[in-house]
Amino acid sequence: MASDRIFGLITLITAVAYIAAATQIQTNFFSGEFLPKLFPLMIGAVAALCSLSIIFKPDPDPAWPQPPTWVSMAIAVVVLAFYAVLLTPLGFILPTVFAAGILSYQISPRIKPAILSGIGLSLGLFVLFKYALGLGNIVAYRIPTAAKLWDAIAILIPFVGGH
Amino acid sequence: MDILANLAIGFGVALSPYTLFLAVCGCFLGTIIGALPGLGPSNGVAILIPITFTLGLDATSALVLMTSVYYGAMYGGRISSILLNIPGDEPALMTTLDGYPMAKAGRAGDALVLSGVASFVGALLATIGLMLLAPSLARVAFLFGPAEYFALYLLAFCTLGGMASNNQAKAALAACIGLGIAMIGVDSSSGLPRLTGGNLHLYDGIDFLVAIVGLFAIAEIFFFIESHGKGSSIGVKLGKVTIPWKDIMATRWTMLRASGVGFIAGILPGAGASLGSFLAYMTEKSIAGPKGGFGTGVPKGIAAPEAGNNSAAGGALVPMLTLGVPGSGTTAVLLALLMTLNITPGPTLFSERPEVVWGLIASLLIANFVLLAMNVPMVKIFVKILMVPAWVLLPGVTMISFVGIYSLSGSYFDLLLMIGFGVLGYFLRKLDVPTVPVILGILLGGKMEDALRRAMTLSDGDPMYLFSSPIAIGFWIAAIAGFVAPMFLRGVLKKPEKHPTDGPVD
Repeated sequence: MASDRIFGLITLITAVAYIAAATQIQTNFFSGEFLPKLFPLMIGAVAALCSLSIIFKPDPDPAWPQPPTWVSMAIAVVVLAFYAVLLTPLGFILPTVFAAGILSYQISPRIKPAILSGIGLSLGLFVLFKYALGLGNIVAYRIPTAAKLWDAIAILIPFVGGH
Repeated sequence: MDILANLAIGFGVALSPYTLFLAVCGCFLGTIIGALPGLGPSNGVAILIPITFTLGLDATSALVLMTSVYYGAMYGGRISSILLNIPGDEPALMTTLDGYPMAKAGRAGDALVLSGVASFVGALLATIGLMLLAPSLARVAFLFGPAEYFALYLLAFCTLGGMASNNQAKAALAACIGLGIAMIGVDSSSGLPRLTGGNLHLYDGIDFLVAIVGLFAIAEIFFFIESHGKGSSIGVKLGKVTIPWKDIMATRWTMLRASGVGFIAGILPGAGASLGSFLAYMTEKSIAGPKGGFGTGVPKGIAAPEAGNNSAAGGALVPMLTLGVPGSGTTAVLLALLMTLNITPGPTLFSERPEVVWGLIASLLIANFVLLAMNVPMVKIFVKILMVPAWVLLPGVTMISFVGIYSLSGSYFDLLLMIGFGVLGYFLRKLDVPTVPVILGILLGGKMEDALRRAMTLSDGDPMYLFSSPIAIGFWIAAIAGFVAPMFLRGVLKKPEKHPTDGPVD
């Protein structure tokens, strides 16, 4: 019940914001005044109606995981976010060892298998991508400067990193 | 014979040693993907699209490879259903009902071979049906104008939404999320950005591949963290594999009937393979009556859903190729593949690029025979692959997804977006909001809006134009019926629960 009500409220707010943004869509002579706004407005309206229906007729709550699992999942998200920004400055091998290893640990919390799967996956996939699939330029390893590394990590800090 | 001549073109394209090699690779890879718990046809194909794209294969080769993976994954799904009681994806759910009890009774090998043969029969008949039906449907589709197309897209969302969720509002909301995302980016007619919030990364819109891989593959990680990868160990023993001729002969009519039912279910836009295997199973169950022993591990209970499932997968290609409207999650992913290759499905595809269509059909036929040859004697190899533990498999899949998406644009932004879609996918699935309509919305949003805009331009803004032709009205009625009917049918067509077995269940 509560889960669906919260979810419905979030989607309702998003839908209203979407409608508001849709009314502000810039138009010009080529597109006409109304057509670029029409479909987004329709989508927003239907989404708002659905949200209201979910708020007033919620389903039973799903079985949410326990707090420790939330922590594990949050760690996974953070690790993946770091992995995403560090792929460019550091290349494939080093970030993959850490990301794959930590993910493996979150699924099955045993240190040794996690380290082994991190190293194994990193080297195995590197060989696969570079030699079997010829994607060497994508998985190349690099040695970054401190400044580049900071630039990459800064992306993840709100208001510091640029677009 | 038009069809034979066309088929000759198709085989001319698809029968080169190189494409045959790709077909074998694709079938092998696909069977593995289907067999691994947690990886099904949709996310398997989704992960591979960016990599195929980066490899620089030409359109035909890429199509042959990916359709082989698609059919292979449909075949492979039954392996984990039968041995682990875990369906690799939703259509394989029905196979667990009789497959797992049969495997527990010590007939795992028989169940695997029988289901392989049933898959072959279903897929082969569906491919023949596709050959016969698709060209004529393509001719009808030439009559469609913008009003008809708008109603048709709506029909796809309604039937898919009606089937996919227990709550219509959630299914419709999912479609809106997808459509809303599709609107982001530079508007084609005005050349001005829409709904980007001033973020330059969003000017090109959100790549559907980023959304698909995020929603299907990355979201899976969170489910595995939640379950700690439990339930991915084999609970039954597989002895010597022999061919159970007696069972195959005894189920021949079941397979044929199930193929027919599955094919029709597959053609309905938005319904797809889950409905096909479900209806096939239920039909056979009611024909056999209570004496049939369905649910206790009877051969017919394996043959019916497998033939229906694979037949529906073939049938789902009919609306996807002729109308550009996919009938299931996996065909939505295949549509994404075609769009990545710059092939626009629709009636004109059949007249303008026959080599693509018939090459695809020929490669489906080839894939079928390769899969039969591969699955019956080699099934033990695939069973070995099931032993890969989740704590190696899932990180591996994630890293492959990252490299795939990174290779598309080389930008961290797409990767962060993909993680975002992964988190979104987790919450949506937890809350019983189906994710396939989201994908469909992102894929079809642009075209649907295009149809609406052209309709409005042609009619000078008269909304009644959308209901101006009998075909369009028919689609509207079907759409409303498809959306509303499941509410009333839900009591009648309640899906049977999974077996309360003592075996591993996730």
